[in-house]
Amino acid sequence: MDYFLQQLINGLSLGAIYGLIAIGYTMVYGIIGMINFAHGEIYMIGAFVALITFLALGSLGITWVPLALLVMLAASMLFTAVYGWTVERIAYRPLRSSPRLAPLISAIGMSIFLQNYVQILQGARSKPLQPILTGNLTMMDGAVSVSYVRLATIVITVALMYGFTQLITRTELGRAQRACEQDKTMAGLLGVNVDRIISLTFVMGAALAAVAGMMVLLIYGVIDFYIGFLAGVKAFTAAVLGGIGSLPGAMLGGVVIGLIEAFWSGYMGSEWKDVATFTILVLVLIFRPTGLLGRPEIEKV
Amino acid sequence: MTDLSMTPTVKNDTPLLTVEHLTMRFGGLVAVNDVSFTARNSEITAIIGPNGAGKTTLFNCITGFYSPTVGRMTLRHPDGKEFLLERMPGYRISQQASVARTFQNIRLFGGMSVLENLMVAQHNKLIKASGFSIAGLLGLPSYTNVERESVELAKYWLDRVRLLEFADWEAGNLPYGAQRRLEIARAMCTEPVMLCLDEPAAGLNPRESADLAEILTFIRDDHKTGVLLIEHDMSVVMTISDHVVVLDYGRKISDGDPHFVKNDPAVIRAYLGEEEGEELPPEIAADLPEVAKRAEEGA
Repeated sequence: MDYFLQQLINGLSLGAIYGLIAIGYTMVYGIIGMINFAHGEIYMIGAFVALITFLALGSLGITWVPLALLVMLAASMLFTAVYGWTVERIAYRPLRSSPRLAPLISAIGMSIFLQNYVQILQGARSKPLQPILTGNLTMMDGAVSVSYVRLATIVITVALMYGFTQLITRTELGRAQRACEQDKTMAGLLGVNVDRIISLTFVMGAALAAVAGMMVLLIYGVIDFYIGFLAGVKAFTAAVLGGIGSLPGAMLGGVVIGLIEAFWSGYMGSEWKDVATFTILVLVLIFRPTGLLGRPEIEKV
Repeated sequence: MTDLSMTPTVKNDTPLLTVEHLTMRFGGLVAVNDVSFTARNSEITAIIGPNGAGKTTLFNCITGFYSPTVGRMTLRHPDGKEFLLERMPGYRISQQASVARTFQNIRLFGGMSVLENLMVAQHNKLIKASGFSIAGLLGLPSYTNVERESVELAKYWLDRVRLLEFADWEAGNLPYGAQRRLEIARAMCTEPVMLCLDEPAAGLNPRESADLAEILTFIRDDHKTGVLLIEHDMSVVMTISDHVVVLDYGRKISDGDPHFVKNDPAVIRAYLGEEEGEELPPEIAADLPEVAKRAEEGA
């Protein structure tokens, strides 16, 4: 039982991270109907910015942990958002009216470019970070121990999700975003600046991915230029599993993938965990292509 | 009478929209051929014509979806501001020149509520007031006031099109006729000076068509908006239009009040074909007597 609980919490925190990245995939798909394959790289850049910020703060002598974490979070979200905006502006917007394959290829190119860019600037070796947020919360007489950093991941993700849902459902910006998702031409005719809304979608997705990147840095304490690929593909699996285009679906898909990985590693050994995840992707694509919460695609006439 | 735009003389003498020599070619196909007409404030101008006459192409030129091959389109606001529509991209025509349009097929935001559909139409002033959502999230009075006004305007139009009790429904779940009315309400929420409707009565039953006619008359009379209407339903066109423009094969063949147009031989010919027996091609006509003779001999 305690082992089960331990894996459950590990799975939830991992799932929160996948969910945060998956939202970027699903939002972009919802609004322009393309898979942004460079999104995993955006997440990787988020992790790097957080690391660089921490080292910069250390050299400035700021070592008070809560402040350092806040600054890391803010810097990482801000810089990564700028990357997200730039990627959209130079790689996707010029191809807005091209056939669907063109922006897809452009996305893959962007992904390779960003990987190599970070590799050249930061080197190919993995970067370690000493544990910043240490300590564990022990429950059930020490049988289950949860590190604070995993708890923080879950709490921050829930808070972000709540704020984000409010943004989408309550604000003017969210309303315009949902309108663009349904009919960009009509939204434009009604005075919505569609290009700006699309840019903001990329910015928001990138900011959420940056949070995920920073959390991974804090949990595992090591990053390299290649982490974006696997995390990106898994988050994409999460988005498809939840139903691509659906925000709650992305979060749910992330949690399910995280749990599957944690339990598979816990009970079956960690060698085959990726196989388990991608088997899910294949099964979903065969048997339920609309995902858990997705709506069936209605052919527009 | 300090405000000139309110005097009837100005209203009647200066057209809201002046289209001059508009031509739209797609390769070798001339969809609209040298069409000129005017549309006035507080009037309903109907554009009619058989299928393929170029009505929707004309609309697409006016609203900036196509840029015309030749021609000039001037929109003059009641306050005197002038816009040359052929030089403006579509989104600026809707935002700055205040031209609203609907499409032949219904294009509501089906997954959003009826009220939200009308709020999206007021996006521009709301996003400005909300400071890109920051003031909105904080609930600052500068934003809540604007938001309250927007909701009031939306409710006003919902009441007008008799959809107030459906405000919280998902727009896609409304009956067809109600969706048509909601589209008009949404277009009016952008507070346009000219409303372009592409076949608003398509698919409506006679009762719903009558409702539509009533709404359009209200928009014309109480909001002084110019209405430009493409319509096939002649009962609607003939009862509410002040001015009818008839197109056939991309050309304007008639232009005038409904009574004049209804009796114009050119229009009758376009709709019903030639009234008299058509002239036969000469080679067949030459053969005719012989055929007749042979028939007689046979008998």
